[in-house]
Amino acid sequence: MSDSTIDPRSLRTPPRRPLRLSWSDERVRGIVWQVLVVGLVGSIVWWLWSNTVHNLEVRRIATGFGFLTREAGLPIAEHVIDYSPTDTYFRALMVGLLNTLKVAIVGIILATILGTLIGIARLSKNWLLAKLAAVYVEVIRDLPLLLQLLFWYAILQGLPGPRQAIHPMEGVFLSNRGLKLPWIEWQDGHSYALLMLILGAVATWLYRRQALARQMRDGRPRPVWPVGLGLTLGLPLVVWAAAGAPWTVDWPALRGFNFQGGLNVSPEYFALLLGLVLYTAGFIAEIVRAGIQAVALGQWEAAQALGLRSGQVLKLIVLPQALRVIIPPMTSQYLNITKNSSLAVAIGYQDIVSIANTTLNQTGQAIEGIAIIMLVYLTISLSISLFMNWYNARIALVER
Amino acid sequence: MQPFGPSLTRALSIAALGIGLALPLAAKAQAPAGAANTLDAVRARGSLICGVNTGLAGFAQPDSQGVWRGFDADYCRAVAAAIFGDPNKVRFVPTTAQVRFTALQSGEVDMLARNTTWTLSRDTSLGLDFTATNFYDGQGFMVKASAGVKSAKELEGATICVQPGTTTEQNLTDWARANRIRFTPVVIERLEELLSAYVSGRCDAYTTDVSGLAATRSAQQRPADHLILPDIISKEPLALGVRQGDARFADITRWVHFLLLSAEEFGITQANVDQMANDPRPEVQRILGKNGGLGEMLGLQNGWAVNVLKAVGNYGELFQRHLVPLGIQRGPNALWTQGGLQFSPPFR
Repeated sequence: MSDSTIDPRSLRTPPRRPLRLSWSDERVRGIVWQVLVVGLVGSIVWWLWSNTVHNLEVRRIATGFGFLTREAGLPIAEHVIDYSPTDTYFRALMVGLLNTLKVAIVGIILATILGTLIGIARLSKNWLLAKLAAVYVEVIRDLPLLLQLLFWYAILQGLPGPRQAIHPMEGVFLSNRGLKLPWIEWQDGHSYALLMLILGAVATWLYRRQALARQMRDGRPRPVWPVGLGLTLGLPLVVWAAAGAPWTVDWPALRGFNFQGGLNVSPEYFALLLGLVLYTAGFIAEIVRAGIQAVALGQWEAAQALGLRSGQVLKLIVLPQALRVIIPPMTSQYLNITKNSSLAVAIGYQDIVSIANTTLNQTGQAIEGIAIIMLVYLTISLSISLFMNWYNARIALVER
Repeated sequence: MQPFGPSLTRALSIAALGIGLALPLAAKAQAPAGAANTLDAVRARGSLICGVNTGLAGFAQPDSQGVWRGFDADYCRAVAAAIFGDPNKVRFVPTTAQVRFTALQSGEVDMLARNTTWTLSRDTSLGLDFTATNFYDGQGFMVKASAGVKSAKELEGATICVQPGTTTEQNLTDWARANRIRFTPVVIERLEELLSAYVSGRCDAYTTDVSGLAATRSAQQRPADHLILPDIISKEPLALGVRQGDARFADITRWVHFLLLSAEEFGITQANVDQMANDPRPEVQRILGKNGGLGEMLGLQNGWAVNVLKAVGNYGELFQRHLVPLGIQRGPNALWTQGGLQFSPPFR
């Protein structure tokens, strides 16, 4: 950006001359201050560290991460990977981490979709729709998230018990034990098909790039969707059929106290997801609205004057400019969803904080437990930030 | 970048690092002295800080005036009375299951009287000492009477509500593994939320110590709708806890408990403690500080026992006042003379 301009500070830099050991020398003063600041910060960190270690020793509190390989013995209701109480604390923490990711990733996707819709609705020319969206944003943003989570959880607990479950269609049960859905029994054929889906998506993306490059050369647009459809839908179907078309449905059924089989969405997960998505969507709606309104009306008019269709105006002119405004605050909201998911503790969803808390309580190793929690959130947050910054740089205004 | 040469920058950076490393060595001696003098700290502060449950009927719960009531709360008052002669010189700090040990370790509270199970790993690795088991408990299950369950063995496939970070949670998994019972846990830290999950039917069963079950059951609108199953799946000696390495303060809490037991054994009550001073039995005279100088050996005044018993009464009176109304029987908490486990070493 600044290639063509000259940094004015560089003009003021005096020519290099020997360093004089005098307080009147600006550089000596600068160095002394830096030494003092670094020394101060260093000594505070050191003092905190040595004080902690010393006090832990005095109080005979065990330290170290050796507990990670011990048997956890704690029950976890929801796990993405196999888990039983005989597994180690390390695996229990992994389960917690994956549970956090499960709610954060789904939450980010849903909140983005819902927030964008509400943000656009608030700009609608339809008076009722715009006002409804405005009321939604104002109400949801102004209530504490914890309160909303407890509210949703209480509502879900008010559902009937498993024996009186709401049963709208074959294999679907809604009760205070959660939402039960039929699910296919996973076999190798399904894994192959899933792999093909991913490969197909990548191939479609490559094809689209090439199509665009050719369009740049000869100006003729080439439709991407027929090839894309074949690659992402046809290919997995063929592979699935070739693998013997496995198709066994696992129907949930009431046995004893609970439903067995099928896919379960627990009230804890659902309440947390619902609370996070509805809450964050309120903020995202405002960000989207701000982004769209930031694009000057003249841009719309100019694009229409060029003869672009309204879809093209949105895609080629408005969205690229709006996204520049939207992406940086959106990153903050994504980080918020991730961190707010730790409120799961209050409603019994076993995320990383819940499991790390239990671990540190059972082992007594609070410092290690808190360090693990901090490390996990730092890693997730930095990953989101890195990705979003990369995306932001990609769509940023390129000055030529 | 700085306009001066790189070698000078590097030299100064090293100097900065050196200072950074050297300063704290001087500061290290400032670290707090640890846990050695709780009694002195309590005396200097003028009050005892006691960690109790956040709200468990019968054990520690604030009443409508905000005064903490219960069996454990009175243990705090007894220790305060032993130290200051005044049972009101105590500040109650409600602690959740998850923060109780940290609160004790960090010095936020002086002692725990908080339904805490004495286990080997807690005793050795948490930087605390258990001094006396003031209540022998065991873990059980409560279910809705309408579920038609008569034994914990019938809980196959059930959803069970349990507080995290407790021995309860681990006992539950041990028991389920041993009996090959599969269950779905619902773990919520705050007792109120957990109980609402049980009452609303989110869980089929609620598990904790039987005393806790009884307290919870009695607090329900219709206690008869809830059934405590006969199975006891664990030993839960609930003990008083102090910081490790403070033998004197540990002795005080331990002997306050033994005092309450001995007083019951010898028939000394809140009402008759003054008359009992004339009792001719030598051990009663030693307990009440007429002779023997036992209070001074503990670092207290010789009248400590009279103060404690006037303040809260003996063990049996505590039990009668707080736990019997909830339907909790003496059971293993009867005195050894009546076939129970509560036993005091001699006051000699």
